[in-house]
Amino acid sequence: MSHRTFLWLCLLPLAVVTMAFFLLPMARLVIVGAEGPQGIAGYLAILAEPRYRATLINTVLLAAATTIVTLIVATIAGMFLQRHRFPGRSVLIAMLTFPLAFPGVVVGFMIILLAGRQGLIGDVSNRVFGEKIVFAYSIYGLFLGYLYFSIPRVILTIMAAVQKLDVGLEEAARSLGASPWAVQRDVVLPALAPAFVASGAIAFATAMGAFGTAFTLATNIDVLPMLIYTEFTLAANFATSAALSVGLGLITWLILALARSFSGGAVAAAG
Amino acid sequence: MSAVGHGAAVRIKACGKTFADGTRALDPATLDIARGETLVLLGPSGCGKTTMLRIIAGLELPDAGGKVLFDGKDMTSVPIERRNVGMVFQSYALFPNMTVADNIGYGLKIRGVPKAERAACVAELVALTNITGLENRRIEQLSGGQRQRVALARAVAIRPGILLLDEPLTALDAALRDRLRGELNRLLRALGITTIYVTHDQAEAMELGDRIVVMRKGAIAQIGTPREVYFTPQNRFVAEFIGAANIIEAPLQNGSLVMPGGQLRIGDDVTMPATIAMIRPETIQVVDAGQGSLSGLVDSVSFTGDRQRLVVSGASSRPLNVDASNAIRVKAGDRVGLSIAPEAVRLLPLES
Repeated sequence: MSHRTFLWLCLLPLAVVTMAFFLLPMARLVIVGAEGPQGIAGYLAILAEPRYRATLINTVLLAAATTIVTLIVATIAGMFLQRHRFPGRSVLIAMLTFPLAFPGVVVGFMIILLAGRQGLIGDVSNRVFGEKIVFAYSIYGLFLGYLYFSIPRVILTIMAAVQKLDVGLEEAARSLGASPWAVQRDVVLPALAPAFVASGAIAFATAMGAFGTAFTLATNIDVLPMLIYTEFTLAANFATSAALSVGLGLITWLILALARSFSGGAVAAAG
Repeated sequence: MSAVGHGAAVRIKACGKTFADGTRALDPATLDIARGETLVLLGPSGCGKTTMLRIIAGLELPDAGGKVLFDGKDMTSVPIERRNVGMVFQSYALFPNMTVADNIGYGLKIRGVPKAERAACVAELVALTNITGLENRRIEQLSGGQRQRVALARAVAIRPGILLLDEPLTALDAALRDRLRGELNRLLRALGITTIYVTHDQAEAMELGDRIVVMRKGAIAQIGTPREVYFTPQNRFVAEFIGAANIIEAPLQNGSLVMPGGQLRIGDDVTMPATIAMIRPETIQVVDAGQGSLSGLVDSVSFTGDRQRLVVSGASSRPLNVDASNAIRVKAGDRVGLSIAPEAVRLLPLES
């Protein structure tokens, strides 16, 4: 057996897995999406049909908001946790990254416990203002849930990036007269740009496709994964749900590609 | 040159540094640096020289009781961004997200200097540091030597009262280091800024320093001009750290050191019961066998062109290094006489 043949043999399992679990189902999905009563035009319906379009915009906005807020919260927290040593630090990090282990259902359940009809916030607000604040089943509840499971993913990436920052750069900027704010703006944030893109992409993609939380909370929220689910199971509308699935994948990929090329300059600059 | 003569006088009063984990990096030290002077902090790694520099810069706070004064003004609690110090780091710490010109102009931009004035100042510094043509390059496109110049130009651009350099040449290869050392020397003289220069390289310290502070294990071992620390070291550490030195342990009798190869006369007025003496290799004269105060056997000869380094055994308890003229014909195995002037012998206190 030649060296080359051996290498090809080694690649065989990868090829099989890729074919069986990725290429074939994807191809089938694309075909099914075009097999509805409207044919190929079924894909256009994702954008043309007002209900689908509204859901799509909702989902993208929700994912974008989640990503931005996650980045802000995780950057501040990550930078603090990486730069300071204090008692209980490792416990705090463990707590912050704990939600990584939770499935979406549990996250949804926790949001209900917090802001649901019997939730903590409702109880307190009822006693203080005489009015029960309940937002678990709205888009705000969903946003909170997404935030909850996005932050741990982003915080770890940011902490690793902060650890690699050259402290000398910050000291140099300070010696030149830069205030703490100017140091952050001119030195630290540009250097963290690659980490923002990488971890932001993960947060965005996760928020676009998250289902468990939406399913647990969803009484009156329309997000794309929920729409696909209802079209598929309740309406048995295979073609539309397939088209929506392909659309969800494409749009997520497109936005991530845009973000990457848009920040390309910043990433290269910080490299 | 507009950046000339902005020096401040620095006074460090009883500045020590103990880190949070209890390590003592610097014993309380007091030091005066004159306006416009170039002071070199010299010592092996871990001797506290960088800690001292960082205390002056404002990057470290001295232990309680320590004070840092610029022109008599107490700066101890003033943060680095308001001390107006120019700093060059060993890693250069150039901003990778900015061009060369933006790096040099950053301090001026922070100070709100208008764009046109800033550009003029940057152009002046670019010319002064010999990096014309690189203004729009990114930092990763520069060589080590070019980065060093940009770092220096950036530090000088803000017209600092004090210029602080932390091993600025260490990251460069030997040939470039020698060339930049000369260039740096001319530049520092031209600028006339008070400069504090940290290095572990004694050749750099000798060439650049008006005065040298030799440091060891967190304490100052000696302060003096390059000539003083070279010719009249106050202890064995300084003698051995600066230049090459023969350290001789021999009893002193009637004004002479009694050594295996003979008696070395150093004068009657010596009262020290000294047993350690230092003799620089170039102060030892090689003479014919039988002449001179000492005699010994040549172990080896290394010819380096401008001179030759002999190792002579038998004269002292340990083999002596001798720098001889390149004109002398001598080979390993020869018996030679050594002549040493009394004033070339420096007696040092015995150390525990």
